[in-house]
Amino acid sequence: MRTWSFVAVAAAIAGILFGALVGVGNEYLLFAGYTVLQFIVLATAWNILGGYCGYVNFGSAAFFAIGAYSTVAIYNVATEKTGWMIATLINAVPAGLLLPGLIVISGLVSALIGLLMGYLTLRLRGVFFSIATLALAVVLQTLVTNWDFVGGSRGSYVIRPVDFVFPGGYVGYLFAVMAALAIGVLAVARALERSRLGFGFAGIRDDEAAAEASGVPTLKLKLIATALSGGFMGMAGAPFPFYIGFVEPAATFGLSYAVNSIAMPMIGGTTTWVGPLVGAVLLGVFQQVATVTISSVLNLLIVGLLLIGFVVLAPNGIVGLFEAWRARRSP
Amino acid sequence: MDLFINALVSGLLIGSFYAAVSLGIAIAFGMLDVVNIAHPGFVILGSYLAYILNTRLGIDPILVGLAMLPVFFLLGQALYQVFYLSFERRGRDPLRGLAFFFGLLFVAEVLLILVFGVDYRYVEAGYIGPTWKLGFVDLPLRLLVPCVMSLVLIGALQLFLSRTFVGRAIMAVSQDEQALRLMAVDPIRIKRIAFGISIATAALAGAFLIIIQPVEPSVGREYIGRIFAICVLGGMGSLPGMVVAAVLLGVVESLTSTFYGPSWAPAVAFGFLLATLAWRPAGLMGR
Repeated sequence: MRTWSFVAVAAAIAGILFGALVGVGNEYLLFAGYTVLQFIVLATAWNILGGYCGYVNFGSAAFFAIGAYSTVAIYNVATEKTGWMIATLINAVPAGLLLPGLIVISGLVSALIGLLMGYLTLRLRGVFFSIATLALAVVLQTLVTNWDFVGGSRGSYVIRPVDFVFPGGYVGYLFAVMAALAIGVLAVARALERSRLGFGFAGIRDDEAAAEASGVPTLKLKLIATALSGGFMGMAGAPFPFYIGFVEPAATFGLSYAVNSIAMPMIGGTTTWVGPLVGAVLLGVFQQVATVTISSVLNLLIVGLLLIGFVVLAPNGIVGLFEAWRARRSP
Repeated sequence: MDLFINALVSGLLIGSFYAAVSLGIAIAFGMLDVVNIAHPGFVILGSYLAYILNTRLGIDPILVGLAMLPVFFLLGQALYQVFYLSFERRGRDPLRGLAFFFGLLFVAEVLLILVFGVDYRYVEAGYIGPTWKLGFVDLPLRLLVPCVMSLVLIGALQLFLSRTFVGRAIMAVSQDEQALRLMAVDPIRIKRIAFGISIATAALAGAFLIIIQPVEPSVGREYIGRIFAICVLGGMGSLPGMVVAAVLLGVVESLTSTFYGPSWAPAVAFGFLLATLAWRPAGLMGR
C-alpha cells in the first residue's frame, strides 16, 4: 500500500471512530480516546529512535513537556499583557488554526533540543545516550520549575477557546487534531521502514561498526532519528495544556509518560510500525479502563510488570508472538 | 566566608555519602558492564527497610543496613541470574536489558507508593539531632556519621578487591572474561558475586540516605543522574576516582544550593553528567 492510500484508509477509520464517539454523546469517551491517540503518537515516535535505531530514550516525558510548555509559553505571551507586538499577532489567529500552529512550533523546538542532545552524546556508546536522556528530563524539569513566566512550580492555567464550533465541542476538536497527528506519525514511521533512511537505521541497530564501515553516515542518521523522534513527542505534548487545562511540572514530566512510551513499543513489538500501534491501543485502552475501575497507581504497576515480563519472555512483543504463531501454522 | 566554608564542608560530607550510593553502580556498570539503572530503587528499598525496623523495633538504621547486607547480596545474585539468562546469554542486547532495569525501577517505586504512600518517612537515632561545632564550622552528625561509614565501606571494598582472590577475579572479569575462563574460574559465578556485592551496598547506602534526609518513593530518581555522573566522571570502575568525583559533585551541588537556592541543585548533577559525557567521556582520571 502506498503512503497516500494508507493515510486515506487510516483517516477513514479515524473518521468512523470519531463519528461513533460523537454519536454516543459521552464527552468522557472523547477524552479517553484522545489519551490513547496521544500514546500512539508517543509510542511511534519513541520507536523511530528506539526500535529502528536501537537507542533507548528514557526522556520521552521531557520531550512531551517541551511541547506542552512551548504552548504554555506562547499562550502566556498572547494573554498576559507583555505588550509585545507578537501578542496581537497570535491573538489574530483564528482558534481553529492556533492549535496546529502550536503543534508545528512545539515540534520544531523539541526536534532542536533532541538534535542538540544527540549531538552531545550520540558519538558515545548507546548506553550513555540513554543515561543522558534521563539527565535531560531532570535538567529541563528544574529549568521549568524555576521559570516563573510559565508558572514555575505553581503551575499555569490555560483556558480553552469559548464558543468553539466543532462536532463534540472543543474536546472533539482536540480528538480530531490528535487523530490527524497520529495518522501522520504512523505514515512517516511506515514510510521510513522501507526507505533508504530506514535501512540505514536498521544497519545502525544491528551492527553500528559494520554499518559505518559500509559507508552508512551513522552519526547523521542517528541525529535525523533523534530529531524526528523528539519532534513528534513534542507535537504530542503541544495540545496537552488545552486538554488538561492546568499544567504543572511534576505531572507534565511524570514518569508515566516515559514508562508508557517505552512499554508500549516493547509490548507491541519494536521492529515495525504495527508494534507501537498495537501496544499503544492495548495498553492505552487498558489503562483508561483500569484507572476508572481499579486505581491509577495499580495500573501503572501492571504496566511496569508487563514491560518486564515482555522484555524477558517475549522480546519481539505481540507482533513477534503473532508471527511465530503464523510460522508454526503454515510450515 | 563562613557561609562558603560551611557549604564546602557540608558538600564534602554529602559527597562522601554520594560515593557510597555510587559504589554499586561503579561495580555493576563500571566493572561488569551491566547498566543497572534500577540501583537507586534498591537504595530506596534499603531506606524503607531501615524505616520499618527503626520505627517498629527501634533498631539503629545503620545496624539494619548491616543486617540487610546478606539479604541484598542474595537478592543481587538472583537478579543477576535472571539478567544473565534472559539477556546476556542470548548475546548483547543492551536495549532490552535497559528496558528491563527501567521497568524494575518503576515497579519498585510504584510498589512503595502502594504500600507506604507518598509521605516522607524518617528514622530516629541518637546522632540525628546534634551538631558538632569547630569554630564557625558546623559538623552535623546526621551527615558526619554516614560520611565516615561510607568511607569505611569504600575502603573495605577497595581492600577486598585488591587483596582477595575473588576481589581480584572481579577486577579481572571487567578486563578480560576469556582470560579468566582460561584460569579455570567461572566468569559467570564471579559476575554473580560482584553483582550481589553491588546490590548489597545499596542496603547500607539506603540506611545512610534515610539518616541524611526524609525519604519518599520517588527520591531515587534524583540519584540516577548523580550516580551515573559520578561513575562516568570517576572513570568507570575505579573506586578512588569515584570518591573524588562524588566529593566534587557534592561540593558543587552544596555551593549551588547555598548561593542560588536548593531548587537549582538537581540540575547541577545532571548538567555535570551531560558536560562529562560531551567533553570528557573517559572521566577525570581516564586516559
